Amino acid sequence: MPPATEEYGLAQTAHDRAADNIVAVSTAASSGQMLRRLTLANFRNYRELDLRLTDIARPCPIVLAGPNGAGKTNLLEAISYLAPGRGIRGARLGDLTRLGAVGPWSVSARLQTPAGEIEVGTGMQAVAAKSAGETEGGGNGTDVEDPSSGRLPERRIVRIDGSACRPAGLARIATILWLTPRMDRLFVEGSSARRRFLDRLVLGLHVGHGREIAAYERAMRERLNLLTHHGVDGGDPAWLTALERQMAEHGVAVAAGRIDAIGHLTEQIANQPAGAFPKAVLALQGLLETGLQTMAALQVEEDFARKLAANRALDARSGRTSEGPHRSDMLATHMAKGLAANLCSTGEQKALLVGLLLANAAMLKAREDRPPILLLDEIAAHLDEAHRRALFESLLDLECQTWLTGTDMALFSPLGGDTLRLSVQDGQILEAA
Amino acid sequence: MNRSGSVEIDRLIQILARLPGLGPRSARRAVLHMLKKRDSLMAPLAAAITDVAEKVHVCATCGNLDTSEPCAICSDHRRNRSIICIVEEVADLWALERAGSFSGLYHVLGGVLSALDGVTPEDLNIASLIERAGSDEVEEVILATNATVDGQTTAHYITERLKDAGVAVTALAHGVPVGGELDYLDDGTLTAAMRARRPF
Ligand SMILES: [Zn+2]
Repeated sequence: MPPATEEYGLAQTAHDRAADNIVAVSTAASSGQMLRRLTLANFRNYRELDLRLTDIARPCPIVLAGPNGAGKTNLLEAISYLAPGRGIRGARLGDLTRLGAVGPWSVSARLQTPAGEIEVGTGMQAVAAKSAGETEGGGNGTDVEDPSSGRLPERRIVRIDGSACRPAGLARIATILWLTPRMDRLFVEGSSARRRFLDRLVLGLHVGHGREIAAYERAMRERLNLLTHHGVDGGDPAWLTALERQMAEHGVAVAAGRIDAIGHLTEQIANQPAGAFPKAVLALQGLLETGLQTMAALQVEEDFARKLAANRALDARSGRTSEGPHRSDMLATHMAKGLAANLCSTGEQKALLVGLLLANAAMLKAREDRPPILLLDEIAAHLDEAHRRALFESLLDLECQTWLTGTDMALFSPLGGDTLRLSVQDGQILEAA
Repeated sequence: MNRSGSVEIDRLIQILARLPGLGPRSARRAVLHMLKKRDSLMAPLAAAITDVAEKVHVCATCGNLDTSEPCAICSDHRRNRSIICIVEEVADLWALERAGSFSGLYHVLGGVLSALDGVTPEDLNIASLIERAGSDEVEEVILATNATVDGQTTAHYITERLKDAGVAVTALAHGVPVGGELDYLDDGTLTAAMRARRPF
């Protein structure tokens, strides 16, 4: 069991604070999946924040407007840590703590779900150098980052309704999807960003997907560690074989989840009427994903385990795992133009991405009755007026809680009256006039 | 930190605070509580700790903790000596004994394989397991390691090593989420998992 809460500062943020930075917003009743309250402590430029959305009737757009550097994106980033993974910026846990803060950062939220209200909290615990016998294997509710770096290990801790759980467990609670300006290059940069995008889509349908990825990666790191330290036989071939079986089992589960999700997304796109955002044709590229198209999962598992065994010498030399689902890719094609996404114009690529996100949200809503929470950073400024209106219409149709940021509140006027408008200034949030 | 004014009391608090589940605050509370019940609690506790520290040792056969050698389980001739259940830690052995659903013998590994944490087959009681499983009276080995990546890797590893031992290798039917630990399972779940074990 992890140590008591007093050391995490999570219990503290759950308490009511008579602080100056409390915002209560009223509008009335309830349905759908949405944040009802968000509390931050020492997160980026927020010393403390208690944002209450208690009286909102149902999921609606929430606009955060304010000058650059006010903390709009930081707020989206805080929300993104209510999902597994490393948030919208992929930051190091330690970099999230407010400069000059005494304690580590924490984010907690009250989430309304069809099953009732859930309290979720997450934050960082900086652990002191490991002393023998004091850390239990794996440690429930924690994720150690950068075990190889010289720094003290940083652990992300997660609590759901007061009990510690692993960060992967957050997938059960809510699906959070986002688009940020740094994803504009998604189709032209390396495959890792596309894989992350893809795996977040899968997580909405398969809550265990994150655990499968973590298990696959753990076994992969262990195998590589043996190969790089002890050469081709790893000091003990049976040990390598055991790890390769683990990689095969979890790797095939990862690939199968991806195939399933892309299948449902493709179906959703096919059944949608043509709109302002171009439709994409999606394809998965990867050893296991390809294998699963024609072979039984058990056969693919066997083949992959054999392949890993055959690759030992190669992997030991290169210091990397040459094949597996950690190298898969998602390829997108502009359906109407028949052009690969990476060859489309910058504007078209952005439109394709927005279309994908909207289709995914619609698919999750239809299949899971669990619409995701959407985080759209600086999206309005990069779309022309026609696309902006089309996006807003889609968002209102979807009835997702969508957090949008922008410098100019006026751009969001087409969202209409059911939108919550907040202004952000220097880590403070006020209800906009 | 723990300034009580007494060096002896501070030392006791510091030692207690190193126990799993206790922090400095709860250690101070525990010490104050014991001092209030010196005769009814503190003295018997001190005696019990001394007793256990002096007499308990690791069973050379299975890795269990007991005062007798071999341990009470290993020397109990009513138990089924043809089945060995492999667990990670003594805590898991205790959990299975509490559930009372298993009447064979045990083998405590003392951890799980982890290349990243530097735990190798030599650090675990695996060689002694291979030797035990090779004896004629053993017919079945049950893998009851946890459903974590390292627990399952260890299970696969042992299976590899037991290939030529001529024993059936089975595994608990864990309906346990990955990361679940035997120690935390209720007795009914453990009993069901033991009954429904399957070839590994
Ligand atoms: Zn014994």
